[in-house]
Amino acid sequence: MSRAQVKIVAVAAVLAAVALIVPHTSSFIILLATRAFAFSILVMSVDLLLGFTGLASLGQAAYLGIGAYLTAILATRYHIGLGGDFWLVLALAMLGAAALAALFGLFAMRASGVYFLMITLALGQCVWGLAYRWNSLTGGDNGINLSQRPRFFGIDLANEVTFFYLVFALFTASLVVLYTLVRSPFGRSLVGIRERELRMKVLGYNTWLHKYLAFIIAGAFGGLSGVLWVHTAGIVSTDAVVLTTSVDALLMAVLGGAGTLVGGVIGAAVVFFIREYLSTLVHWWQYALGGIYVLVILYLPGGLMSIPQRLREWRATSGAAAAKGVVMPAPAGRAG
Amino acid sequence: MTSKLPSKLARQTALFACAVAAALALRPLPAAAQQQELRIGIIAPVTGIFAQVGADMTNGFKMYLEQTHSTFAGAKVVPIIEDSQGKPDLAVTKARKLILENHVQMIVGGVLATEGYALAPVSTELKTVYISSVTAADDLTQRQIGKYPYFIRSSWTSSQPMHPLGQWACDQGYKKVAAIAADYAFGYESVGGFQKTFEGCGGKIIQKIWPPIGTKDFGPYIPTIRSDADAVFSLMVGPMTLQFPKQLRNSGYTRPILGGSVSYDESSLPFMGDEVIGDVSAEQYSAALQTPANEAFVKSYRSKYGKVPSYFSESNYTTAMMIDDVMRQTGGKWPGAEAFIAKMAALHVDAPRGPLSFDDTRNVVQNIYIKKVEKKKLFGYDKPELWDVVIKTYPNVSQFWTYGKDAFLKQPVYSRDFPPCKYCE
Repeated sequence: MSRAQVKIVAVAAVLAAVALIVPHTSSFIILLATRAFAFSILVMSVDLLLGFTGLASLGQAAYLGIGAYLTAILATRYHIGLGGDFWLVLALAMLGAAALAALFGLFAMRASGVYFLMITLALGQCVWGLAYRWNSLTGGDNGINLSQRPRFFGIDLANEVTFFYLVFALFTASLVVLYTLVRSPFGRSLVGIRERELRMKVLGYNTWLHKYLAFIIAGAFGGLSGVLWVHTAGIVSTDAVVLTTSVDALLMAVLGGAGTLVGGVIGAAVVFFIREYLSTLVHWWQYALGGIYVLVILYLPGGLMSIPQRLREWRATSGAAAAKGVVMPAPAGRAG
Repeated sequence: MTSKLPSKLARQTALFACAVAAALALRPLPAAAQQQELRIGIIAPVTGIFAQVGADMTNGFKMYLEQTHSTFAGAKVVPIIEDSQGKPDLAVTKARKLILENHVQMIVGGVLATEGYALAPVSTELKTVYISSVTAADDLTQRQIGKYPYFIRSSWTSSQPMHPLGQWACDQGYKKVAAIAADYAFGYESVGGFQKTFEGCGGKIIQKIWPPIGTKDFGPYIPTIRSDADAVFSLMVGPMTLQFPKQLRNSGYTRPILGGSVSYDESSLPFMGDEVIGDVSAEQYSAALQTPANEAFVKSYRSKYGKVPSYFSESNYTTAMMIDDVMRQTGGKWPGAEAFIAKMAALHVDAPRGPLSFDDTRNVVQNIYIKKVEKKKLFGYDKPELWDVVIKTYPNVSQFWTYGKDAFLKQPVYSRDFPPCKYCE
């Protein structure tokens, strides 16, 4: 097996294990896992931009917000999306978020680097402002409550385990689609743009269009994440579209390892575990979270996903050192 | 080299087994026999910008438990405090954890209106008592109470103390008032309540300014305050409470400042400077209330936690007291969620803040105090300090003021646009 195949098998095995183990834990763990998987779709969408296209977006919460608000508004006002038409809402939310990304992309794609960061931040804040001020539609600061989760074809998502499996399945599907995408020629050209955009231009690629399409695709997955996210707690408020939600997604992507996709779910799992589980046990959870961020950024610039590789490197150097009979210094941090 | 592969496999298998074991270890143990236990889930912001408020809340509750040795009529009280971090979705997640895993009989707490609106549906879905000991969103005990049969409020509604304040301001002869309030539902409901009674009595709100929640610099807003206003009405929350009066007075403003409830609450008063002396606010509690019950409460709280209690402390202390009263009626047996709500709603309690009862939409009927900030010595403390001295008491104020429930509920909930600003230009 090639290394890529080994990785696929490993990821599949871990996911299968998670799917088997989680339903046998407690209802709180199931809920947390559901929240982490729902949110990690957003993190993967950030990773598509950050890790594969080289664009750090600070406005990704906007697309989660579109998905979440659309779901909540359709459900509470028109009773749409609480039965089999849940799938229609899912499609609508992805389309809506993609449309918003198509609009925002026109502005954002004019910049790169830190300017891209600032523009996406500003656009994200526009969505926050709308959610905050458009009281009659969004409920303003109070937000919108959903009274129930969807129920269709004899499946009742009010059941935590059922809902977990739905979110898990959609997460896995998103992972497969995004993985296929980044392995496709289109994905390869995105990586080319990340590495050296000018060269791709010289080679005749329409780099603007490639980046624009990636931005729209990321937006669509953000919308999907929002639909699931709103059903985890049954509430959407401006809290979903504040800047910190975007920052969280970006940090989780970096924590897990940018450019790996599955790193997103690992980052999300770590953060959710500390913020929502550890915080039930101890009050110093914030120090744990901060400490992990600092340690990962200092010693694992490739994120948690780079641990196996770092171990291999370490073993190779220590093995070589042992063969020579000398002690080698620990490898210095790899330049990011 | 030949042994490497199996050992690697063995190691990985062992690792995986450890992971499985760890995951299984996270399962809670089956709940122990509960007949003599009263499990109470408390949701408060232990971290984040509302951490001070969260500390006041949990300290108030814990103090009552200490005084009663955590025993309510024979039942052992087990409080479980969860950090909502001020986020509604996390409040819901933690509430579900408390109910489904810790098997609490009730949830107490929540701070922001969003948390209240998020937690109330959980109480309905999981048929668990939810006592709002802080969350003041008007509609929870007004137009929406029908949806939440297990919900009861021991604290207040946002507009409840503002109705008397509007009346009081009018009685002082103020004709025109400019309102400046934090831009969210709590601000709208507070301004709405003040405006309703103030204009009902002949006053005029001539301006409404809405700085965003968390504003740190009021420089852009202060010059826009109209100079023909007889007074300013302000409703600030969190760190805004400290910044606004300081900046307004520094700008040379000398007319009266009226504050909404939490603008001068003891959660921030000890951190304020002398510029707030003379400012007037209204709330259902003042630490400076000169009653034996309150004096004892303040002294005991302060010796324990080193700080004057705020309404957040008193409200949670009193909530614990109410739960105790209900348990005494049942002889320490948990009566079930529905019976508990019914018994609690029928209580008459003498709290540190004064006599309390409930109206038929399960909100507290209570005294509202008009308070003026003064620097003086009180309760035998040796240093002069800032106190919210009570200058007038409106007894037994309901959330509907004098309008009556039916007439009041015909109007929409107070919002940014209601009541409309007829005299704004």
